[in-house]
Amino acid sequence: MSNLPSPRLPRSRGPRESVLARAGVLIVMGVFTLYFLIPIWWLFIAATKDRSQFLSTNPLWFADFSLWKNIGELATYSDGVYFRWLLNSVGYAGGGALVATLIAGMCGYALAKYRFPGRELIFNVVLGGVLVPATALALPLFLIFSQFNLTNTFWSVLLPSLVSPFGVYLARIYASASVPDELIEAARLDGAGEVRTFFTVSVRLMFPALVTVFLFQFVSIWNNFFLPLIMLRDETLFPVTLGLYAWNSQVNQIPEIRGYVLIGALLSIIPLIITFLLLQRFWRTGLGAGSVK
Amino acid sequence: MSTATDKSSVVKKKRKIAHRGAILAFVLPFAVLFAFFYLAPIGYAIFSSLQVIEREGTFGQAREVFGGLSQYVLVFQNGPFWQSVGRVLMFGAVQVPLMLGLALIFALLLDSPLLKGKRFFRLAFFVPYAVPGVIAAIMWGFLFSPNLSPFSAVTANIDFLGADLVLWSIANVVTWVYVGYNMLIIYSALLAIPSEVYEAARLDGAGHIRIAWSVKIPLVMPAIVLTAIFSIIGTLQLLAEPQVFRSFSSAITSTFTPNLTVFSTSSIPNFNLAAAFSVVLALATFALSFTFLKFTQRKDSE
Repeated sequence: MSNLPSPRLPRSRGPRESVLARAGVLIVMGVFTLYFLIPIWWLFIAATKDRSQFLSTNPLWFADFSLWKNIGELATYSDGVYFRWLLNSVGYAGGGALVATLIAGMCGYALAKYRFPGRELIFNVVLGGVLVPATALALPLFLIFSQFNLTNTFWSVLLPSLVSPFGVYLARIYASASVPDELIEAARLDGAGEVRTFFTVSVRLMFPALVTVFLFQFVSIWNNFFLPLIMLRDETLFPVTLGLYAWNSQVNQIPEIRGYVLIGALLSIIPLIITFLLLQRFWRTGLGAGSVK
Repeated sequence: MSTATDKSSVVKKKRKIAHRGAILAFVLPFAVLFAFFYLAPIGYAIFSSLQVIEREGTFGQAREVFGGLSQYVLVFQNGPFWQSVGRVLMFGAVQVPLMLGLALIFALLLDSPLLKGKRFFRLAFFVPYAVPGVIAAIMWGFLFSPNLSPFSAVTANIDFLGADLVLWSIANVVTWVYVGYNMLIIYSALLAIPSEVYEAARLDGAGHIRIAWSVKIPLVMPAIVLTAIFSIIGTLQLLAEPQVFRSFSSAITSTFTPNLTVFSTSSIPNFNLAAAFSVVLALATFALSFTFLKFTQRKDSE
């Protein structure tokens, strides 16, 4: 015992146990990797197949590769309404998340960096807002919008998406931790206005948190189903989730639509996966800040 | 350090609020939108839940009048609604601990020196989060289907979409989407723990499991509580997945979950009753997540 070199002490458990443990861990993680990825793999394979081969060939491996042909058919089916939906989703989620991030970032920053009466009240109301489920708001929002004849418009889905109480919460936490008071004070001494300081100095320091807020707001708008379901009647205003849902509920009447649902589902998740991969450096840091409290 | 600056700004505040214009410019946009799209709908839902439709005679003009709590009486007498509440509570009692348990285990494995290829696993497990609930439900609907599934040997014999199992098939969809997301939140919290904290335990000869159980898990408890609250809220609001599954399974009724009840009541249309359902559901959600928060916080401080 005493002749063991001391630096090895922390990892002094036997190598045999360690190899077993490593193998066990790898097997568990491998099995769950299959669980998480096979559905997407299956969707991809299904989207590359011709309708006639969908049921007759191995569902988890390629047959004749007709992905491009399928996309082409999807683009012309029903006047190309699918790509209209995709564009709508980009508009709702991209535009909505961008504005929501800016607004939540400013509010969270003010709550973190200035003292004013009502500050805690505002923060507590916002925290309560985090706990209010968005779906509970959809129906009353519909009733209010219908009083102004604004249901079934682009705005009826976009405007409610601009509010992100969780964004304010995250921005406040992150601004308190990462924007030093001394820096704001220094900017003041240099004669910069408060708003200018925010946009030139503070935004940069808060960037990881803002990217996180943007991404999660983007995803929650992209995934939102109840609000568009209640608000929209006009098919050309649908986001892609609602459009695919509408198609999927017609599969029993129009069987050939099944292929379009599958290829459409695949195309609709690719932009999100790419966005997450590209921005992961930012949101991972931001995510940590939110959970530490 | 921070107390010193606090004191100085308190002194400033007593004279006048410094940077009043800037504060207004920062806070007002959010405050206005929040008032319009959060507070107003809540207020309006409460208001319409207190109204009833009254007709003069059988064919008279319908008009809304104040009806007190009569819609709420209807809510509490509505058997299918309470069945749906019971259904999602049962769903949550099984699915939330299962999902968060898996997320915690994966996060701990990602954080342990036993695992190679962390980058790959982290991404692979997180990818389903990029799949919207509607799309995930469509996909799994096919995967569970007795004749279209790639695993039809299994699905032809076990009726995943029948009345007995369909709730748990939906639980599988929700778990599949959210495990990776919750894993990452817990994992980020683990990364934030300085490694010196483990050193003492490690020098005492504690193994990986012991360190995970007595050092890591208590330290990431706030993150777990956070994910639990969001999961509880999500469970009570379940809508998109069961609504999609209706085209795969006849076992899902129009009152399968509370939100489906709200939706089908509003399409009758009976907005006042639907508003009362919404209010009761939002209050229940709020109460449940708030109680959970208080309960876990008290346990922490003991």
